[in-house]
Amino acid sequence: MSDLLAAALKGQRRAIARLISILENDEPGAREVMACLYPRTGQARVIGITGSPGSGKSTLVFQMAREYRRRDTTVGIVAVDPSSPFSGGALLGDRIRMQALSGDPGIFLRSMASRGSLGGLAQATSKVIKALDACGYQRILVETVGAGQTEVDVARMAHTTVVIQVPGLGDDIQALKAGILEIADVLAVNKADLAGAEQTLATLRAMLGLHSGFGSAPAWQPSLVKTIATSGEGIAELVDAVERHMAYLQESGQMQVRERARITRELEEILCAELFQRALAHIGEERYRQAIERLVTREVDPYEAVEELLRAFGL
Amino acid sequence: MPQKPYRILIAKPGLDGHDRGAKIIAKALRDGGFEVIYTGLRQTPEMIVEAALQEDVQAVGLSILSGAHMTLVLRIMGLLGKQGLEDVLIFIGGIIPEEDVPALLELGVRGVFGPGTPTDEVVAFIRKELATQEGV
Repeated sequence: MSDLLAAALKGQRRAIARLISILENDEPGAREVMACLYPRTGQARVIGITGSPGSGKSTLVFQMAREYRRRDTTVGIVAVDPSSPFSGGALLGDRIRMQALSGDPGIFLRSMASRGSLGGLAQATSKVIKALDACGYQRILVETVGAGQTEVDVARMAHTTVVIQVPGLGDDIQALKAGILEIADVLAVNKADLAGAEQTLATLRAMLGLHSGFGSAPAWQPSLVKTIATSGEGIAELVDAVERHMAYLQESGQMQVRERARITRELEEILCAELFQRALAHIGEERYRQAIERLVTREVDPYEAVEELLRAFGL
Repeated sequence: MPQKPYRILIAKPGLDGHDRGAKIIAKALRDGGFEVIYTGLRQTPEMIVEAALQEDVQAVGLSILSGAHMTLVLRIMGLLGKQGLEDVLIFIGGIIPEEDVPALLELGVRGVFGPGTPTDEVVAFIRKELATQEGV
């Protein structure tokens, strides 16, 4: 394991790929890997890219990666696609749009299946981000599954979130709804050569201008950028907007605030999962099954059942 | 804990632009519970091996209809070996003349599937091969 870690930290790609699998699958040694990598994380800047299916996420990520490479910045890419709820299998197609990145040692691209997660990412995405971060990639682009209105997990993991909109999807009320538009630090209107692009831009501009008037104005106004990912138009501006947001986070002290919030949430999540596993082991399968039985026959209510199980745990 | 899904790369090396077979296999494998990374058309051997490496796949399926299978497979096997990926299971689909099959198997290809092979057969073959490999 230490050979593998040393090779990965030296940038050996085969080793990095193996480490990612170990973390993703929680294989034996995963804890050791994380213990080695974690102190080296926190250097990379993480950019989330989300939008509905077919809005051009993969193509936009590809173009952004190319733009970063022109600026001599190394790029890790994590592209998530959905797993089948029936077979557990997945078709990961994000590489198709990113073929031209192949052969550049400054880029590492990994596809991930969501494996049952519903927030737009996979459960192990944050671990893969850490691996790429520790192995020295300076910018990490995280592409979510095609997202609808509430797949907002990416904003909790990224420093800067880019939400992609395309022309022709709904009126100005859609733009006022809570959810995905709220998490945008940068809004990209992609496929800007299609009919209706100007209207989409105008709607979003109006939405951004509608400050409620209570409290102080937000310090960061999301940037609005027009892109045509297939031709590369607007990509330099998009990357500029992302970098501006990161500079803002740094200067305003928001970077530390966000990092601390993210780390706190991560600790909570891991603690919850671990507590559940250990509680279950302590309670024992038989007693757990009995509790379910008693719920099925309506003997107890779920809250009482939990109380009983926790008492058994001494809590 | 449930078994983690196998990861498989499906790639089309060379210049022929017909990827229906590759897509059918990709979909069959998806429905069989595999995580399939599909690379799209016109891949060079270098691109395929690089993708196999970054994605850390257990198997690579190549769809070749152009007749250039001997050259392409030889090159891909060589590159895989150079990257330390000789454990990766390689299988081929497409138009492969019967007389070339022994030579391909000799190169390290583990399965050759011609037109008309039921997709279930391919899925079952890969599952069995990977399970055996893991058991070793």
